[in-house]
Formats: sequence, C-alpha cells, structure tokens
Amino acid sequence: MSERTSSPTPPAAPAATPPGTPRPAARSAAAARAPLAAPPAARAARARVWATRAPLLPALIFLIVVTQLPFVATLVISLFRWNALYPDDRAFAGLDNYDEVIGDSALRGAVVTTVLLTVTVVLVSLLLGLGLALLLDRRFPGRGVVRTMAIAPFLIVPVAAALLWKHVLFNAEYGLFNGLLARVGDVFGFDAPQPDWISDMPRGAVEAALVWQWTPFMMLILLAGLQSRPLELTEAARIDGANDWQIFRHLTLPHLRRYLELGALLGSIYIVQNFDAVFTLTKGGLDTANLPFVIHEEFTQAQDYGVASAAGVLVVIGSIALAVFALRVVSSLFREEGSRA
Amino acid sequence: MTATTPTPAAGISAPAGRAPARSGAPRGRSLRRAGLAVLAWAAGALFFLPVAWMALTSFHSEADAASNPPALTAPLTLDGYRTFFGTSSGNDPWPPLINSVTASVCSTLLVLLLALPAAYALSIRPVRAWRDALFFFLSTKMLPVVAGLLPVFLFARDSGLLDNIWLLVLLYTSMNLPIAVWMLQSFLVEVPASVIEAAQLDGARLPTVLGRVVAPVVLPGVAATALICFIFSWNEMLFARVLTGVRAETAPVFLTRFVTSQGLFLAQLSAASIAISLPVLAAGFAAQDKLVQGLSLGAVK
Repeated sequence: MSERTSSPTPPAAPAATPPGTPRPAARSAAAARAPLAAPPAARAARARVWATRAPLLPALIFLIVVTQLPFVATLVISLFRWNALYPDDRAFAGLDNYDEVIGDSALRGAVVTTVLLTVTVVLVSLLLGLGLALLLDRRFPGRGVVRTMAIAPFLIVPVAAALLWKHVLFNAEYGLFNGLLARVGDVFGFDAPQPDWISDMPRGAVEAALVWQWTPFMMLILLAGLQSRPLELTEAARIDGANDWQIFRHLTLPHLRRYLELGALLGSIYIVQNFDAVFTLTKGGLDTANLPFVIHEEFTQAQDYGVASAAGVLVVIGSIALAVFALRVVSSLFREEGSRA
Repeated sequence: MTATTPTPAAGISAPAGRAPARSGAPRGRSLRRAGLAVLAWAAGALFFLPVAWMALTSFHSEADAASNPPALTAPLTLDGYRTFFGTSSGNDPWPPLINSVTASVCSTLLVLLLALPAAYALSIRPVRAWRDALFFFLSTKMLPVVAGLLPVFLFARDSGLLDNIWLLVLLYTSMNLPIAVWMLQSFLVEVPASVIEAAQLDGARLPTVLGRVVAPVVLPGVAATALICFIFSWNEMLFARVLTGVRAETAPVFLTRFVTSQGLFLAQLSAASIAISLPVLAAGFAAQDKLVQGLSLGAVK
C-alpha cells in the first residue's frame, strides 16, 4: 500500500507538526508543558493536533492491549518447553517447538485441510451466491419473501447450524436427507441408498454446512453490487442488440469484480478461522481437522503450551501473508470508493 | 413531470429487464420471466428448507422427529420447548441465555463507546495518518484469534478471571472493535464537511454540531454497527468454550453441552437451536440491508 495518497482534508495544523514528529502517548504530557522558548502559536497548534488525536487513542490502546499483547506472549511461550502436565519441566527450548510442529504430520495435514476447506467454501458459496443474486435482482412476485428465506441460513447461530446438519439432516438413520431418499425410493419402487454422510464424505459434509451458511452472505454483497449497476449502460447495450450473456459477461461481471473480491476476502477471513463446524460435525476426525481445531486440541487436550504456541505463531505468519494480499485488495477497493465520492 | 404522452425516451429510462418487452416475441419473454421467478422461488426455498425443517421438528414429539421416512404431518406439540426451558432435565437455559445477553449487549455498548470517537478522528477531523490507523484496525481482524487464546487463558487463570462473563465482554469488544471502526468511519465520511463548517461558522459549539448535524446522518449506521456486533458476540463459541465454566457459560456453549448430556433428541435439539437463534433471526430479518452494510465493512452501501 502506498501511503502517498492525499488525505481528504488537511489536519488541524499541518505546519506545526514537522514530518517525523514522534507520536507516542507520553508526548502529550510533553506537549502540555512545552518549552518556554516555543512561541505560543506553535504550542496551541500542538495542543490542537493532540485534541485531534485524543478520540482515537482509547480504541487504539484497548485494541493493542487486548489483541496484540497476547500475540507477543504467544511468541515468547513458543520458545519454551512448557507442558502443563509437567509443570516443573519448563525451560527455554529455542526453536525445538517449531521443529516439532513442522515435523508433525497431523499439523501439516491441518494446513492442507485449512487451505482446501477455505478455498472450496469461499468459491462454491461465491458461485451459488452469484446465481441467487442474479435471480433476486429481477423483479417478481414475492421477491422480498424469497430474499428473507435465502438469508435465513446466515442468521442461525453457527453451532446450532452445525448441530442441525449433523443430527437433523445428515444422520444416517433418521436424518432428513436419508428420509427424503427413502421416500423417493418408496414412490418409484426402488431401494434408496442410505449413506452415512458424515463418515462417507467428512470434508464434504463440513463444506456443505459451511457453504449453506455463507452463500446468503455472498448473495447479499453481490445483490448490493448488482443494484448499484448503472442501468443506462445495460439498456444501451440491449438496444445495440447485445444478448443477455454478452451483457453479463462484458458489463455485469466487470462491475461485480470488486464485490466478488470483497466477498471472497471477508469470507476467507472468517472461514480460515472456523472452529464451530469442524468441532461439532466431525470433532476434527477423518482428515477434517483444520488449524484452529488442532491448536485448540493441542492446548486443551495435550496441554502442550509450547507446541500450541509455536503452531499459533506459524498460523499468524501464514495469516500475515494472506493479510498483506487482502489488505491490498481492500485498500484498492476503498480507494475507488473514495475517488467516486 | 406532467407529460402524459408516452415517448420513446420514457421507455429507455426504465430499468433493464423490467421494462415491458418492446419487440421480439412477448410471449416467450414473459414465459421466460415466469420461469426465472419460479427458479428464484425454488432456490430460496431450497436454502430455507433446513431451517423450516428444524422449525417443524422442534414442534414434533421425539418419536415423530426420529421417524424415517420423515413425518411431515405429525401432530404438533410444545414438548421440545418445554423440555428446553424447563428445569426438569437438570439444565436451566436461563443463566446461559442471560450471560449471552450480558456479553453481547455490554460488549456492543463498549464497542460503540470506543469506536465512535475513533471513527470521528478518522473521518470528520482526521488525524494525519488516518489511513494507516484504519488499516491497522483491520489488520488485527486478520490475525487468527486462536493464536492468542493460550496467553489469554493463562492470564485469566492467574488473575482469577476464568469463568467470568466480564472477561468475555472485553474479548468480544476487541473482536468487534475493528469492524465497528471501519463501519462507523464509512458512515461519518458521508457527513459533508461543508455542513459542519457552516454550522461552526454560525457559532454552533461542538456538542451542538454533533447532536444536530452529525447524529441524524450517522444514526442508521450506528444501528447497523450495533446489530453486527451483537450478532458476532452472540454467535461466538471458541473463547466462550475455553474461558467459561458453570457460571459464565454462554448460550452456544450450553447448546453443545445440552446435546451431549441429553443423548440424541432431535425435537429438543431443534427447539433449543431455534430458541437460541431467535434473537439473531429477529434482528437480522428486521434489518436485512444493515446486515450487508455491516458485513461489508461499509464498502457496500
């Protein structure tokens, strides 16, 4: 991200703060009792700068203390041999924990699972969401009702949704899916298969439940995108004889690009961190353990704080790589937004 | 505006695809449109089906709920809800529900209290590096919470905050603060600077400007932000699972325990799931548009 973009309105007193003025909080005291030599005007300007910053500080400090300090602690713990089951055996271990994490095939499997799970769920729910949004973009009787029905999955508490899929839908004996299969079999006179969905396709089961929950989210974002489309352009193209597919391919899709990116980005942020669905549906078994689940287990079951922390640090490094890319996308998105306003 | 004679130009300004068919085969068009409407209904119904089925099952008896093929027309009963809300099973759902309300409402209020001034300092009277600050807020959202879980747990254990709902309030506040700052910033930017300047030139003091000029424009945005923060806090389970026990347990954690301790009772499970999702369902249905604004961090208006 380049920081050279101009700020919309100049800050209170640009002349008073030379570039590179340090801005730790401790300075506010210094600003208050500025050297006598400083001319009153500069002093007032400085006070004004701090008055501008002051509203930002509580949120900033709170966030740093609650979200950043724990990461520093994680980093430190990851360098220690520390298992809660052997409290006396605690010592500096250098990078041993990292060796263990990288050498652990379960953890490497979790990395693969996390990537597969995230990519599949994001892509499938984006595609389904796009289809739903296109259908809902047209005017038809009961459109509001259909939209309300379609967003319902997103409004079920995630744990409840996972339980619903596991017990009410997927259950091999009395789940809805097999029940419907059996009924179809009855009607057409054949023995319907009764698969055990979760053990036959564990990752597919987790993905299906997550896709169901996230498609409405994608649909809402894309629908907003469709409705912000300049209609004159579409109409002009239609008059020029363009067919629906051409209009979709050359006008709608380019316009939707930033909305698709936004949906993919926000979806990834949440699905990478998903814990509820994996924990509820498969308890991480059958190759479905993703990183949040594995770290949770490492720390609640194995109680190996050192290894859990090392895994946490690696996850953070992976996330930073993803985040740098993601932030670039967001920043370009919002810059466009800004230039439009 | 009073022109009554339809001109060709009037047709062009009508939204595409919604304008009456002007040429070609009108019957084919309307047939196609009806087909797409049916398809939209079918797709919406398909996504709604699991929710509808869960709602129906929650009103069935346990025997009917577990029948295969599914009993669509079985008699309805409130037994599932009675078991869930009653204390006969030894599980009282009210303390967890009250804990969830406390955690969600208090953290949402705290988020607004912290985020509103911050958003003000990033939009109306922006600090110099406002863009960097904004992205710093967002970047904290990209770090997986699970990586910070252990230190938080150790800190809570050593300071006696384990199983304390106020610890969750603080954590949920930090979890939602970045989103809230982004959203509120995007709404405050909408307040035209000229209006504020004009009010100040007229001699209005800051509280007056905030109350009379800024608040009316921003209030819908504040409502959207509050809704999103409420939903995310209400849904959260990982922190709640690790950091609470008997006293501060929240509704989602209670739900998982309810299932494992009760064996497999589909009607009860459905009733419990519906009951616990109800606040979110109600809030979300009531404010569908706000949901988009909130979830897209204000990028989609």
